Amino acid sequence: MSIRVAIAQINPRLGDLQANLSLYEEKIRQGIKERADLLVFPELSLTGYYLRDMVPSVALSDRSPEMRKLKQLSREIAFVAGLVEESADHRFFNSAVYFEDGAVRHVHRKVYLPTYGMFDEQRYFARGDRIRAFDTKFGRIAMLVCEDLWHPSTIYLAALDGALAVICPSSSPLRGIVDEQSQDDNARYWEMINRVNAETFSLFMIYGNRVGFEDGVGFWGGSEIVDPFGQRIAKAKYYEEAFLVGDVTLESVRRKRTMAPLLRDEDLDLTINELMRIRERPVAQKQVQKFKSSKVQGRGKSKKK
Amino acid sequence: MIQIPTNTKLLREILVAFIRNEVEKTGIKRVVVGLSGGVDSSLSAMLAAEALGPKNVLAIMMPYKSSNPESRADAETVIEKSGVQPLLVDITPQIDAYFERFPDADARRRGNKMARERMTILYDHSARWNALVLGTSNKTELLLGYGTLYGDMASAVNPLGDLYKLQVWALAEAIGVPLAIVRKAPSADLWHGQTDEGELGFSYREVDQLLYLMVDQRYTRAELIAAGFAERFIDEISSRIMNSQFKRRLPIIAKVSQRTIDHDFRYSRDWGK
Repeated sequence: MSIRVAIAQINPRLGDLQANLSLYEEKIRQGIKERADLLVFPELSLTGYYLRDMVPSVALSDRSPEMRKLKQLSREIAFVAGLVEESADHRFFNSAVYFEDGAVRHVHRKVYLPTYGMFDEQRYFARGDRIRAFDTKFGRIAMLVCEDLWHPSTIYLAALDGALAVICPSSSPLRGIVDEQSQDDNARYWEMINRVNAETFSLFMIYGNRVGFEDGVGFWGGSEIVDPFGQRIAKAKYYEEAFLVGDVTLESVRRKRTMAPLLRDEDLDLTINELMRIRERPVAQKQVQKFKSSKVQGRGKSKKK
Repeated sequence: MIQIPTNTKLLREILVAFIRNEVEKTGIKRVVVGLSGGVDSSLSAMLAAEALGPKNVLAIMMPYKSSNPESRADAETVIEKSGVQPLLVDITPQIDAYFERFPDADARRRGNKMARERMTILYDHSARWNALVLGTSNKTELLLGYGTLYGDMASAVNPLGDLYKLQVWALAEAIGVPLAIVRKAPSADLWHGQTDEGELGFSYREVDQLLYLMVDQRYTRAELIAAGFAERFIDEISSRIMNSQFKRRLPIIAKVSQRTIDHDFRYSRDWGK
């Protein structure tokens, strides 16, 4: 089966839900016109990225009229939206929401919220606590949001949970100028991991990044679809708006996994056992430090000169 | 020898997109820029011309009677080459009128005053012309605090603020700023014979390499010494950065309420845009 996947590499307005909803509608219409089966929007593209104190005012709950509108729009085409989700107990999540046939089929709450350097996500967002693949009418897939993919455990879990494709909505900033390169250093790194992940886990990587600037921070675009052999099926321009379309044939996952059955051979019990052992270890080490080498406690042997 | 990356093709692409994006999202299509004839303002003006079209860039030359006539001539070559709109405002009358009352003012006070007068002219014309003020301060001078607060440091959007002087030179040459401008000794041109490097006491080449390792690459003091920098130089630059931090921030606000601007009232500048 061949699935036509589109990626809307857009430049949303920061904190302007209505303007961005119109932009979504426009791109959804374009997706339908180009006969796409599935349309991917970037991370937080319904709201903009550097929201800071705007987070609560652009958050959507299941009862929000905007959610009703999005569900309605998904009657004609399946899509992944990037938005701020508010839970019933008023936590705010940086979520990727999968809409299909008029309903929400799956929500992935970003697990790894970067809070270092230029990022401050954990100040504003609650952290997701699960990584799950899920079934769509096209097959089993998973969603991971941006920084999630910088933690190899996330895609490992998604692949072992049966994902044949991983969709990654992203708001990845351009940073790092390197000589003799047509893209910034962050873009280079992402392209490397997309390819490595696609090949390593024998699945499709569908990476949708945004463009535009917020307070001087640019987003590099360069959305892409990479097949399980590491070949780019489609690639959008850097730094410019684009509407990328590519045909994803899930049979090539079968072909790749037949040639290199890496996931079949994966030893889950070994991984779990080793993880359990590693999880226990630092606690034990901390206790040793506390009694044997803490100067504050005065128990360590002090060398006198 | 530390190589600061100067991928001019990529820098040009990014900075042109930056100007276009950050200006146009405000609903404004034009910028005004103070054009001295130096490399920074020439580069800023030419990048803006590329981003917005030269007809949407107003380059204002604001000489004082003691300004080097060569600066003016250089500014005019940039205007000719880029096609931006020119405007000449001689600041001599307003400066002299003020210092008639304070004749004992030293060169620093006079220089700062001129920088701030120029700022008021830029902002006045930004209102007249429905334009944003385009900045020209580079990363080296911002880090060293080598600029006048609310003077040449004032702007709405600044394409050069993350570029070291060496990168400004490389990019300026690549986009066609006249070579005479790129190669001349940088100067604030506040008095005859003034040069940045003479006043600072070190060369841009030296300090940019140090700043690049210190700021961008987060080298520790020990690592900088191991990389060959003199301790006195490292300490001098460190304290310059620290002591000019006030120039890179808004004024300090006394917190008395639950929600205070800059402390816990946090919004991006591009709020709603």
